[in-house]
Amino acid sequence: MIGASQRFSGLQRLLHWLMAACIIAMLFIGVGMVSTVMPKYLLLMATHKTLGIAILALALVRLAVRAFKGAPALPADLPEVIKIGAQLSHYALYGLMVAMPLLGWAMLSTGEYPVVLFGNLRLPAILPQSDMLHTLFRRAHVWLAFAFFALILLHIAAALFHLMVRRDGVFDAMAPFSSRAAKK
Amino acid sequence: MPRHRLPIGLGSAAAIVIVVASGVATFSYAGGWLSPDRLTPTRMVAALAPPGGPALGRRRNHAKGICFTGVFISNGKGAELSRAEALRPGEYSALGRFNLATANPNAPDGSVQVRGMGLQISTPSGEVWRTAMISAPIFPVATPEGFYQLLRASGSKEPDAMKTFMAAHPEFMAFVEWTRSAPWTASYAEEPYNALNAFTFVDSSGVERAVRWSLAPSAQIVPITQADLEKRGPNYLEREIAERVGRAPQRWSLNVVVANAGDVTSDPSKAWPAGRRTIDVGTLVVQKIEAEADGPCREVSFDPTVLPAGIGVSDDPFPAARSAAYMKSYDLRTSEASDYPRTPPGARP
Repeated sequence: MIGASQRFSGLQRLLHWLMAACIIAMLFIGVGMVSTVMPKYLLLMATHKTLGIAILALALVRLAVRAFKGAPALPADLPEVIKIGAQLSHYALYGLMVAMPLLGWAMLSTGEYPVVLFGNLRLPAILPQSDMLHTLFRRAHVWLAFAFFALILLHIAAALFHLMVRRDGVFDAMAPFSSRAAKK
Repeated sequence: MPRHRLPIGLGSAAAIVIVVASGVATFSYAGGWLSPDRLTPTRMVAALAPPGGPALGRRRNHAKGICFTGVFISNGKGAELSRAEALRPGEYSALGRFNLATANPNAPDGSVQVRGMGLQISTPSGEVWRTAMISAPIFPVATPEGFYQLLRASGSKEPDAMKTFMAAHPEFMAFVEWTRSAPWTASYAEEPYNALNAFTFVDSSGVERAVRWSLAPSAQIVPITQADLEKRGPNYLEREIAERVGRAPQRWSLNVVVANAGDVTSDPSKAWPAGRRTIDVGTLVVQKIEAEADGPCREVSFDPTVLPAGIGVSDDPFPAARSAAYMKSYDLRTSEASDYPRTPPGARP
């Protein structure tokens, strides 16, 4: 439980880094595909949908694992305001991992677009067609994508700050491999 | 290990700034914000707008149209070429839209020579096949970029814009020839509708063949001059098709043409030579006409890449470009839905 370990479990670290790669790829594919009319548009779109559903599934697994395994405590000497900021940003990241795929799915459903993944896997519509909801979900999907990317950059900057400046073990808690600090 | 709390090492700070800045830069590159010349769906759709700006709430091209519903009766002859459910013998629901190839929803019918049909065939397993076809037998240009240049040139105030365009796109002449020689008709029912783009049919053993499909009308074609069509009024075609379908369902044969080895599949401005294997795979029966404002086609983007298993895109670059632009158009018009009001049921004519 919280504080019981200095590091996230192996499964949590695996999920973190796997999802990091997926989500960053996802955001780049997203802005790339909506700005092109080239043939790659179709491949990017199919990848975006498929990866989005994969991220949704991984996020649900991750939240369950997190609820079960908890997280290492932040360093006691970290200022309270930073701790609150860290917690809020992590809630926001988890929320976006679940919300973004659902918004994309809802946006296509309310736009009367079939959702077809790789392997011709066909997902059902989760809502009926609606001009108003399609517009709402599309705008939310777009603007939250930018917020997501900004949050990820902040997350990376904070991780590097812990790694290089504070050297307080926070980065090692999620590092893919044990480092000096963790072995110490 | 002792903690180095403050001051922040300059090197560490620089490293963090570099990581974040390169993240922002690569993201901006991917999103096209550093490439003002990239042909984006936004630019393509903006180029379609008539001089006074786009008609809000309407499709950004083929803006004038009317909905229909009916059935596609598949005779099963296509099943040999594609495992698409819609090509197995049976009757499947069809939904579509007759339209004029103009961005102006108020264009008089006699002012637009190219007509179109958006069509969606749905099958019991939930598969959807959408296609958007036009009455011209060839597309005006060979590439999406060429189409963008055509839109730019035709909307340009430069006196030589079209001349410059045509010099760069000699394929356009064949289309111009067609516009000069093709007969006009006074009915959507008398027109053929050609998909023009090449797609692939995938059969049950996985063999792919490049195909193009067309709808051939059963109605007798009665040529009319453009001037005589103009005299019948600006919205004659919609009234006529509603009356005609009200009297009797209207039919088209869906003909699939299979490419020979060596036929160019990437260029819809080039017709394939005659003599290709052609299969009549079934009949589209249009049974009911409804105004678009309240009709079932309003909500549908006839994106030609919405395809069932057994049909795929080929190396023709247009379906992808059309998919991207149609989605942009759909997003715009649905966000402007209040500019295209639905009729209250009591007020319908």
